[in-house]
Amino acid sequence: MSVLLEILQEMHDDVDFETHTTLIDDNVIDSFDIITLIAEVDDRIGVTIPADELIPENFNSYTAINALIKRLEDEE
Amino acid sequence: MPDRNKVAFYGTGGEKLTFNELYGYARSCGSYLLAKGIKKQPVAVFMQKSPAMIAAFFGCVYAGCYYIPLDAEMPAFRIRLILEAVNPALIICDEATVGLVSEWGFSCPVANANDTFACSVDEAALSAVRDGAIDTDPLYVVFTSGSTGIPKGVVATHRSVIDYIENLSVVLGVTEDTVFGNQSPLYLDACLKEVYTTIKFGSCAYLIPQSLFMFPVKLIEYINENKINTICWVASALSLVAGLGALKSAVPKTLHTIAFGSEVFPVRHFNIWRELLPDTRFIHLYGPTEATGMSCFCEITRTYTEDESIPIGRPFQNTEIILLDDNDSLAKDGEPGEICIRGTCLSPGYFGDVEKTSKAFVQNPLSAFPDLIYRTGDLGRRGPDGELYYISRRDHQIKHMGHRIELAEIEYVANTCPDIGLACAVFDNASSKIVLYYVTGRQGDGSSVLSGNNKNSQHSKSKTEEPSPCLKAYLKANLPRYMLPQVVIELDEMPQTPGGKIDRVSLLGKYMDEKEKKNNERFT
Repeated sequence: MSVLLEILQEMHDDVDFETHTTLIDDNVIDSFDIITLIAEVDDRIGVTIPADELIPENFNSYTAINALIKRLEDEE
Repeated sequence: MPDRNKVAFYGTGGEKLTFNELYGYARSCGSYLLAKGIKKQPVAVFMQKSPAMIAAFFGCVYAGCYYIPLDAEMPAFRIRLILEAVNPALIICDEATVGLVSEWGFSCPVANANDTFACSVDEAALSAVRDGAIDTDPLYVVFTSGSTGIPKGVVATHRSVIDYIENLSVVLGVTEDTVFGNQSPLYLDACLKEVYTTIKFGSCAYLIPQSLFMFPVKLIEYINENKINTICWVASALSLVAGLGALKSAVPKTLHTIAFGSEVFPVRHFNIWRELLPDTRFIHLYGPTEATGMSCFCEITRTYTEDESIPIGRPFQNTEIILLDDNDSLAKDGEPGEICIRGTCLSPGYFGDVEKTSKAFVQNPLSAFPDLIYRTGDLGRRGPDGELYYISRRDHQIKHMGHRIELAEIEYVANTCPDIGLACAVFDNASSKIVLYYVTGRQGDGSSVLSGNNKNSQHSKSKTEEPSPCLKAYLKANLPRYMLPQVVIELDEMPQTPGGKIDRVSLLGKYMDEKEKKNNERFT
C-alpha cells in the first residue's frame, strides 16, 4: 500500500479510496481531514502542499491527490 | 432606515433573502403555526443552512413559540435524542430533510417551510401574540454536548438575546454598512452574532459555504468578492487559514473587523493575521452558551509572544464576571478562580432538567439576596494588566474545531456499540486530536483478547491490529462529525486508578509516549 493510501485509510478505514472520486463533493473529507492530510503528507512523504493547491479538484480522489503530490515532487 | 429590498441574508448556494421577504415569510410562517393552534410551544426547525431557515426561526417567534434549530448534517441518533427531549409541536423541514423525518419514523407533525411561507397572514392573530409577549419567554433552545451522553438543551430568552446583541454590536461597531461573513452553523448560539445584528441594524450577512473552509485561498477570494468586512469565527477557522499558508498567497482586503473566540487561538496564527492586516480590528470573544452568546471581549492591539496568552478581557456592559476560589470566596488578583457570570444574559437553565440547572445556575455566595450566577466550569485569573485570562477547564469538557464537547458524550455513544466493553476518550491538546481507547466485550473477562498471547503484567498494552471498522462506522453514524475521534485504539485492559475509575491521566500519557516513539521511528 502506498504511504498516501495508508494516510487516507488511517483517517477513514471505511472508505474505498481507490475507487472513490467524489471525496470532497460528498463530504467524505472535511476540513479537519484536510489539515491532517497536509500534515501527514509533509511528515511522511516530505511534500509540502502550498495553499494555492488547496482546491477541490486536487482532493476529490486518491488519484488526484497522488497526482498533486507527484507534480509537487517533480517541481522540487 | 435601510431599503426594505436590501438583501439581508445570502445563502450558501447563491440564494438571497431581502428584509421584505424575510418579514413576509416570517409573518406567514407565524400565521401558519397559529392557525394550527401552535402557540408558546417548542417548534423544531430542521433544515439545511439557508436564509429560509432563518425566516423559519422568526416564523416561530411571530407565533410566540421558541425554536429548536436542527441541522441536516446532524446524525439521526442525535436528532432523535433532541426531539425526544423537547417533544416539539411541529417540525419545520425543507425539501432536503422532509424525507429524512419520515424515514427515521419520527411521529411529530411535519410542515414544509415553503408551505408555511405561503400561508396568508393573520394580522389579528399575530398582534395578539405580540400583545401577550413577555421578554422572559424562551426564544430558542440550542443543544450542546452533555456529560451524561445526552445533549443538554440551553434555553435563551428574548431579553437575554436582546441584551447580548445590544452590547455585542457596540463592541463590534455594527452599522447598516456591516457585511458579515457567517461561519457558525445555525444550530449554535454563535450564529446570533450575524442573524440578530443584521435584523437590528439592517446590515447583511453571507452564510459562507462550509466547504470553503477546506480551501482557504478560495475562502479569501469569496470574502473579497462579496466585500465582507466583519467576521466572527471560531479561532480554529482563522487558525486554519493562517496555518495552511493561505495568507501568503491571498489577502482579505475588505475585512475591517475580525472577532474570534470559542477556543484558544494559537498566538503564532494570530500574529500572522495581525501582521498581514495591521489596520484591522481584532476582538477576542469569550462566553458560554449558558450566558447567551458571548460574555467577555478584548480588543487585541498588539502581537503576542508564544509564551503569552491572549486575554479574554472584560465583560460586556450589563454583565459581571466573578472569579470564585475553592472556598466560594473571591479569588485574589492573579490567583485562579472559577469564572462565574451574573446578569440579564443568563439562560433560565437547561430544558427539562431542573437538577442540572440547579447545579450550574446557583446562588451567588457573595450576595445576601436571591441572586443567580452561572458557574462556567472554566478557570480564569485576572492579570496584572487588569484583564481576564482563561486558564483551563475544571472537568473533561474540551473545545475542538470550535465546538464544545464533553468527552463523556463520545464515551457514552461508543459504549452503546454492541462490541464495545468500555471506552475512554482523551484529548491531545498539542495536536488537537480526540483519542478513543476501548476494550471489547466485558472488561477483564479476556474473551476478546488475542488467544495464546501471554498476558503482560503491565496493564493497558496496545494491540497492533487496526481498530474494529465497525466501531468507527458506528461512531460515524451516531456522533456529530466534530466529535469523531481521530485516533481509535484497542486495549487489552482499561487502566484503572486505585479508586476503580478509568485512569485518564495514564491513558493520555500512554498516547503521548507512543506518539513520540512513532515520531522517533519515522526520523531514524
